[in-house]
Amino acid sequence: MKALLGLARFMAPFAAAAAAGTVLSSAGAVNMYWVQIFQLACITAVSALGLNVIYGFTGLFSLGHAAFYGIGAYGAALLMKTCGGESQAFFLASLLAGGAGAALVAWLVGLSTLRLTSDYLGIATLGFGIIMKVVFDNADAFLPQLGGARGMTGIPKMTGVAWAVLFLGASLLAARNLVHSSYGRALVAIREDEVAAGAAGIDTFRYKLAGFVVGCFFAGVAGGLYAHLYAFLHPSNFDFFKSVDVLMIVVLGGLGNMSGTLVASFGWIFLLEGLRVALPPDYIELRWVLIPVLLVVTMLRRPQGLFGIREFRFLRDASE
Amino acid sequence: MNILEASGLAKNFGGIKALNGVDLQVGVGELVGMIGPNGSGKTTVFNVITGIYRPDRGTVTLGGKRISGLPQHSISRLGIARTFQNIRLFRNLSAMDNVRAACHPNVRYGPISAVCRSEGFHAGEREIREKAMDLLSLFSLQDRRDDLARNLPYGDQRRLEIARALASEPDLLLLDEPAAGMNATEVGKLMEFILEIRTRYKLAVLLIEHQMRLVMGICERIVVMDFGEVIARGTPREIRNDPRVIEAYLGKDSKDGK
Repeated sequence: MKALLGLARFMAPFAAAAAAGTVLSSAGAVNMYWVQIFQLACITAVSALGLNVIYGFTGLFSLGHAAFYGIGAYGAALLMKTCGGESQAFFLASLLAGGAGAALVAWLVGLSTLRLTSDYLGIATLGFGIIMKVVFDNADAFLPQLGGARGMTGIPKMTGVAWAVLFLGASLLAARNLVHSSYGRALVAIREDEVAAGAAGIDTFRYKLAGFVVGCFFAGVAGGLYAHLYAFLHPSNFDFFKSVDVLMIVVLGGLGNMSGTLVASFGWIFLLEGLRVALPPDYIELRWVLIPVLLVVTMLRRPQGLFGIREFRFLRDASE
Repeated sequence: MNILEASGLAKNFGGIKALNGVDLQVGVGELVGMIGPNGSGKTTVFNVITGIYRPDRGTVTLGGKRISGLPQHSISRLGIARTFQNIRLFRNLSAMDNVRAACHPNVRYGPISAVCRSEGFHAGEREIREKAMDLLSLFSLQDRRDDLARNLPYGDQRRLEIARALASEPDLLLLDEPAAGMNATEVGKLMEFILEIRTRYKLAVLLIEHQMRLVMGICERIVVMDFGEVIARGTPREIRNDPRVIEAYLGKDSKDGK
């Protein structure tokens, strides 16, 4: 009962935002372009939260996050395209299935690579990301519906403001509750000192694997939402540079800080698109001068991330 | 009866024989000291016992059960806890969370329960919190519970590390130079403290230490190591007068006065 109340209290503002967003956008009160960007920001935040669990909390340096995002995207899209129709319930199931697919692959990848530490793990996951890009490029060879290098079309446009906002809320809730529990402390202990964590009785390999799988599940679900937002998937959306984008968001927001990830996701997406509007058309590529400068300055001024160790009130430990 | 028995432990690092046939016994509830010059292999013995290294030869048994070759966390759960020579706290966690993290192996709720914040979660967290608070109070760290470990003064960090070790409910506690960097008063307090926790938690303690006052003062038995071998063992009185020990520490007496 208490658990349900807590859930309701946490999700209420998100539900309200979802309702308001749906009404506003269907009434045409806001520009559809910006509505879409807003949804993309929510989706990016879900994926980045996943990477924060992996890198920020468990300390596993992963450079292959976009690959898991892609697995979720293609997985969910394939399910919807082939047998989903327009069913909202089936859409939800497809998203979760996409997440589960990404989690399963993460488990297999983790089994073989998580014996590696720090930079070495980064290289291994980078390699996996490149392999997956090649798989996506040639996916039409084994499943013509996936489109391969020509891109995947015919995906129903199912993602709306409501889905994006509700999934963001649910992800924040799940991440917060997990992090502020004995399991979360075990993950952070591994990040802080793996030898000491092992000496304290924590099965470090098992928990590193678990942290990796959970984080990739988030990425997979986010990928599914992304696929049904633009109704088009292309392998270039899941290459190495997309992994770096998410990594940048997590580091910019602050490792192991959920509020930072949330703000940095929205900041990153809106800055990227905002500059597209703000800059004169001939100077749009200046974005790639301004943004890196901003990144350098932010890191110099706030090396611990935007938020350091402070969290928004709703993301703090609610159990005390 | 012995709780810990190590026999014929050998460990090589490349060409260096860090351990060369070490035998070691610790009785139930016994307080054993391990001394020896730097590089004699004391910490390597700890690392082999706790599973950080796998011995090249030899076996370790805990309460009659063979533990050598098991992973670190399994050995910890079977009842061996340790501290480290160069303090290894979870530096960016609070004092409270350092202890709570070590309570994790006995957690009573599952991850799903944690995400859903079920009744079981709250009950389990309450239990962990109480246990951690008890340990912190025992070490007079209760007022520091929300401070990050890396911000604690050196002495508090040393004590917090012992508190964390006790959180995993060991039968045998390994202390690697617990008095390093402490002044005479602090060493005195630490000695009383080790005796107190041993009685309270019915622990056997094996400790490495260079401060002879501590080793001679509280250890019931002492093992002396040099060049990866045990060169002497006995009561503090026997060790103090053992010519091999004096030689290992001070060098051989030169008969012809050179």
